[in-house]
Amino acid sequence: MQRIINFILNNRNTFLYALLSFIALLLTVRSHSYHQSKFFNSSRWVSGKIYGTAANISGYFSLKEENQKLADENQRLRKLLFNAQTGEEQVLDSSLLPFQVAQAKVIKNSFSAPRNYLTINKGDNDGVTQDMGVITSKGILGIVENISGQFATVQSILNTKSSINAKIKNTDYFGSLEWDASDHTVVQLVDIPRLVPLVVGDTIVTGAMSSIFPENIPIGTIKRYDLNASKSYYNIDVALFNDMANVRWVYLVQNHNKAEIDQLEAQTEDE
Amino acid sequence: MNNPIVLNAFRFVLLLLAQVLIFNGLNFMGTINPMVYVIFLYWYPIKENRAVFLLVAFLLGLLIDIFSDSLALHTLAILTAAFARPFIMRFCFGVNYEFQNFTFKNTTKIQRITYLALLIVLHHTIFFCFEILSFSHILLILKKILSTSLLTIFLCTLFSSLFSPKSE
Repeated sequence: MQRIINFILNNRNTFLYALLSFIALLLTVRSHSYHQSKFFNSSRWVSGKIYGTAANISGYFSLKEENQKLADENQRLRKLLFNAQTGEEQVLDSSLLPFQVAQAKVIKNSFSAPRNYLTINKGDNDGVTQDMGVITSKGILGIVENISGQFATVQSILNTKSSINAKIKNTDYFGSLEWDASDHTVVQLVDIPRLVPLVVGDTIVTGAMSSIFPENIPIGTIKRYDLNASKSYYNIDVALFNDMANVRWVYLVQNHNKAEIDQLEAQTEDE
Repeated sequence: MNNPIVLNAFRFVLLLLAQVLIFNGLNFMGTINPMVYVIFLYWYPIKENRAVFLLVAFLLGLLIDIFSDSLALHTLAILTAAFARPFIMRFCFGVNYEFQNFTFKNTTKIQRITYLALLIVLHHTIFFCFEILSFSHILLILKKILSTSLLTIFLCTLFSSLFSPKSE
């Protein structure tokens, strides 16, 4: 007994190291099965505040570009507005529309790791819920993952766990959008069947199968494509419209029908 | 500033903020983000209690993980580097580092840079291996370790000569 105690005392630092790395491994492995660490993420209060302050300061340096982006978007929206068809079926009560949009500011961005997350300055208090879609004026950005009172983290499309329904514009051929962690300007679209005619430069947009994003939000253009190992599906490299290294103002999209759709689908799968 | 506890606490906070606010968003050549906070291990006093050293390294890693949304990867990497520090020191400075009168002043510049570089390479190897955790991405892992280590070593060498304490 004396020997065992002596042995432990002599090697106490090794034991401490083993214990601490066990804790670290446990946090890593446990959160691999979740989407993201539930407790240790940057939507927490202190880190959120610090990132918020830093973003406030650095925000001044990009005001010019942001103004230009807003003006471009206003121009596009005005064009849509003037060409919109007004008819009897117009819904006047906006709460009956399926999609609601809110805006938020990115206070922390990352795009170089294999699993990237952004932090935005809206949270539970502003009505943000999990699985809301996040887009910019140019294209899609990701999906809301964790929420605290004033902040939320967003799983970027540049995340190896991300999988988003996407299709080729003006067709109904859909596949899922993934990322292979190699280049932050390119994502991969898989599971498009071989018979689909493809051209480099075709536009990829979000598909209708997702209950998170509205249909036809732009994603990017086809950069190059080849067949996968089984020779029956295409692997497509998609060059993103969004510059993922430079995002500041984003829109949050909420589908009011999502709960109903999810419930129905879960019910169908159970049977 | 002569109190080692105050000095190290000051370094701890400053390196944490510098890492998460500046270096995590540096994106040199597109994607290279150096992890300069490893220099904390280089600066930490040699003759302090090792258990405290391990706990401090663990805490620093955990805080950086919370800010970077990176699970507990930084924690694991810096903890291992902290644990391996005595072995690396023995390798770089020989047995005489264990004597009471050992100081960095008696060592050559090459020895110090080797010591710093070994700490950084060990830290980065563990970080990127666990970050990607897949053998099919071995080339990507090696590329990331090499590019990030080079930039981190460069920056840390700069910092160590810029802020070298005169008393040590």
